[in-house]
Amino acid sequence: MVTCMNASLPSLEEIWVWLDSVSDPEIPVLSVVDLGIVRDVRWAEEDPDFTEQTSPRVNRTSVTDGRLRQPRTQRAQRSEPTLVVTVTPTYSGCPAMAVVKHDIQRELLQRGLSRVSLETQISPAWTTDWMTERGRKRLHEYGIAPPEPQAANPSTLIPCPRCGSSDTRLVSRFGSTPCKAFYICNSCLEPFDHFKCH
Amino acid sequence: MALTNIALDLNGQAQNWLEYASELEGGQRTPDMFAFLRDAAEFRNCLLLEQPNGDYAYTIARQFYFDSWHSLLLTDLMGSTDQRISEISEKSLKEVRYHLRHSSGWVIRLGDGTEESNRRIQKAIDDLWGYTGELYTPDVVDETTCAERIGPDLSTIRSDWLTAVHEILTEATLRVPESSWMHTGGKRGIHTEALGYLLAEMQFLQRAYPQARW
Repeated sequence: MVTCMNASLPSLEEIWVWLDSVSDPEIPVLSVVDLGIVRDVRWAEEDPDFTEQTSPRVNRTSVTDGRLRQPRTQRAQRSEPTLVVTVTPTYSGCPAMAVVKHDIQRELLQRGLSRVSLETQISPAWTTDWMTERGRKRLHEYGIAPPEPQAANPSTLIPCPRCGSSDTRLVSRFGSTPCKAFYICNSCLEPFDHFKCH
Repeated sequence: MALTNIALDLNGQAQNWLEYASELEGGQRTPDMFAFLRDAAEFRNCLLLEQPNGDYAYTIARQFYFDSWHSLLLTDLMGSTDQRISEISEKSLKEVRYHLRHSSGWVIRLGDGTEESNRRIQKAIDDLWGYTGELYTPDVVDETTCAERIGPDLSTIRSDWLTAVHEILTEATLRVPESSWMHTGGKRGIHTEALGYLLAEMQFLQRAYPQARW
């Protein structure tokens, strides 16, 4: 059954490209793919007992409104398998995660998929080492100093994203979002955000 | 800004733990019900964590005692035989190490600061010391879960905690409190009156508008 529909299904590569157009709600120059929080994209295996809600944390409202509780006969006739997207949170309490999941789902539905399920995975824990090179470059251009690699020396200097000077100082370990710290440049005197190494 | 960021992390971690608790119970209670619909006597938190803010030195001392213990606890729990506990601990630890750097930094800054800042942080460190014993004194639940390698080994945590706290307080030019008398009760649901005030504020919305959602 799956084989006869595959012709009309987008490839996973294509879906990754679509996901790359979903931006982080708090740092819009970064896509969710740049951020490294999309861990996996796959088609769900056909399973007669498959329920839409593989993740108990996602889309609770969709379950309660009953739309997804289709009778089994109807399910068997469905034209498309479910796409499962696994995401991992940046920080445990980051409020942007709910928006990110919603945006991913909306993007994929708008692209024409009709069955999308989001799963949350917390292990292995997200690290800024998963951020793409392009993401780091975009952050820098946006005026946010990108994270240094985990393996970097803790005394690594954070260069100013505006003038490039390494003569900067930490003002506050905590900034406007959980992922950022607040710095100031001693050379050009501009304050700037640093995406913390995590 | 730092405290609200730390609170946000802890709130997210609490959500992960309460979701697991809810699942273990078979979904009888939702995570929100654990947070918003239990009365003080049903909470099992250590008394240290319900002590009120006031002088900023108390906030920092409380945070420092807790963070240094919390990071040791999570490190231990990463080795739990319960995979979910191990995963939540791994995730939380990355955040808590950062909290500890912040609170240790402030203890040192206040202790090794002015005469006035030293006097005030020393008073907070002394006053809250009596609430720290509960962090590492095992009860029956701790003993059982430790034996099954699900929960932490509090005796190791105790000695590591004392060493870590000693080190920071010394660097901060502060005296390490010596009293061995400790408050207990939190793990049995016997709390200080401070918890009542906390819950009154935290639970107000759910009590006034039951089952409100947003």
